[in-house]
Amino acid sequence: MRLSKTELILLGVAVLLAAGGFIAPQWLVFLLTMALAKAMVVQGVVMQMRAGLVTFGQGLFFCVGGYAVGMSGHFLDITDLAVLLLIGVGAAVLLAMLLGLLMTRYREIFFAMLSLAFSMILYGVLVKSSALGSTDGFNVKAWTLFGWTPASGQAPLALFVIIVACSALLAVLLHRYSRSSAGMMCEAIRENEVRVEYLGQSPRWVLYMNYVAAAAVSALGGGFMALSAGHIDPEMAYWITSGEFVFIALLGGTAHVAAPFIAAILFAVVRTYAIELVPHSWQMILGFTLLAIIVFLPKGLWSLFTGQARRAKA
Amino acid sequence: MNCILETKGLCKSFGAVTAAKDVNVRIHKGEVVGVIGSNGAGKTTFINMVTGYLKPSSGEILFNGQSILGRTPRAITRAGMARSFQVAQLFPQLSVLENLLIAVSAAQSPFPSLLAPMRNASRIAQADAILAEFDISRWRDTQVTAVPQGVRKLIDIAMALIGDPQMLLLDEPTSGVSAEEKTALMDTVMRVVAQHQVTVLFVEHDMDVVRRYVSRILAFYSGEVLADGAPEAVLANARVQEFVTGGPHAHKRAAQ
Repeated sequence: MRLSKTELILLGVAVLLAAGGFIAPQWLVFLLTMALAKAMVVQGVVMQMRAGLVTFGQGLFFCVGGYAVGMSGHFLDITDLAVLLLIGVGAAVLLAMLLGLLMTRYREIFFAMLSLAFSMILYGVLVKSSALGSTDGFNVKAWTLFGWTPASGQAPLALFVIIVACSALLAVLLHRYSRSSAGMMCEAIRENEVRVEYLGQSPRWVLYMNYVAAAAVSALGGGFMALSAGHIDPEMAYWITSGEFVFIALLGGTAHVAAPFIAAILFAVVRTYAIELVPHSWQMILGFTLLAIIVFLPKGLWSLFTGQARRAKA
Repeated sequence: MNCILETKGLCKSFGAVTAAKDVNVRIHKGEVVGVIGSNGAGKTTFINMVTGYLKPSSGEILFNGQSILGRTPRAITRAGMARSFQVAQLFPQLSVLENLLIAVSAAQSPFPSLLAPMRNASRIAQADAILAEFDISRWRDTQVTAVPQGVRKLIDIAMALIGDPQMLLLDEPTSGVSAEEKTALMDTVMRVVAQHQVTVLFVEHDMDVVRRYVSRILAFYSGEVLADGAPEAVLANARVQEFVTGGPHAHKRAAQ
């Protein structure tokens, strides 16, 4: 596998980040782990944005990933991290293959609302399921990896290193996907679906594939979230959670695969300090942040790196 | 038997409006057919039905002797019938080269690859070749929104040609292009099309343009084929002059 310059930079940053985890305070390691888990869900949102679709229900797959991991540990006594994450992704893929048949018929606001509806259905079901702790959710069992059980206190750092490695691998794959025929076809569909059809390609098939892939990526984030927080609850499927993913996607922009990661980390930092600064109205600070981004950097934070913001204003 | 496209008793109505009434047409391989008719005569409806965009109310469409009725536009495209549009249908936010690369990639496989890059040497070579044929290579790296109208029409046709179709339907290739540019644009189109040995059917309002290139004319009026035959014969037809081209009879009617 030959790596391009971008991919080498992505891997380099990941190595630095993982190494940084060994000297960083524990709260920062935890914050970054959560941010990277969310960034994976945001990648799913961005994949669909590139195809012209805004989803207000990506929390569905975030939640499915999280619950599949939590329930496999709880009911099946599976503790291996790799197996758990695979189950989470697999569950989301199966669900997406089913829902995708319907979702790919819709565009624009209808797609957005339908995605929202499905995530809220799951939320409603989970809230009513007393076996799964209803609104309180339940705790996720401690994980192992290939027979190795991290000593107490080691687990957060180990998980951080694992999620950084997974994020790097995911970034390389998504970077390739965005430049592949399928990835470019998504942009083509956003631009002009009729033309895509008249080129002999099925827009629905491309969108279906993209939808399932986005679900898989988002479920991976959900699985990591469950393992890192050690707890899951129905809020994962709530519409505000999904809205937050769209927020982060807009913050970063769709121009580069690194943007959602950077945006998710920035979001976590801003939110942490906003909560400390104004505990009861921290959302206001987030609101102004988004407002500033939309006004000054309509293509997201990534345009700071490419200089597109300056060109757009000129 | 070298009939490439045949329609039998094609009808289409939108509510009370009849856009096609018993259209029977046989197009032969290698022909260049001009379709004329005033606005609303059913020219675009005909193209839309033949390419699968609209489903006829009744009738049959045969392409190379096989029924293509009820097939999707993409299936018909893959079977070898491509089209261009009255308003160029491109991917505006992408560069001209990217537009063509997407067309090349789509022509190669109905299942686009997930990880192999779209830009590879062979696809770029194919895209560059067609740009050179249409003499628009200098626009290669420009975003489509910054490209003039006439060039957009050529890109639209180039994208249709990339899949090596047997038949090409051009819906008003010169619409939206200034009168001075029309002839040059059509000369380019017909030169390239001739090199690709494609059967062509094109809709056009300018009779000078039509006369210059076609071997046969189909005249539509209110959903019906008014006349079908050699250009001189069709254009001399009294009913065609009255209803389509606006000859001496039309002036008489208008005066009444």
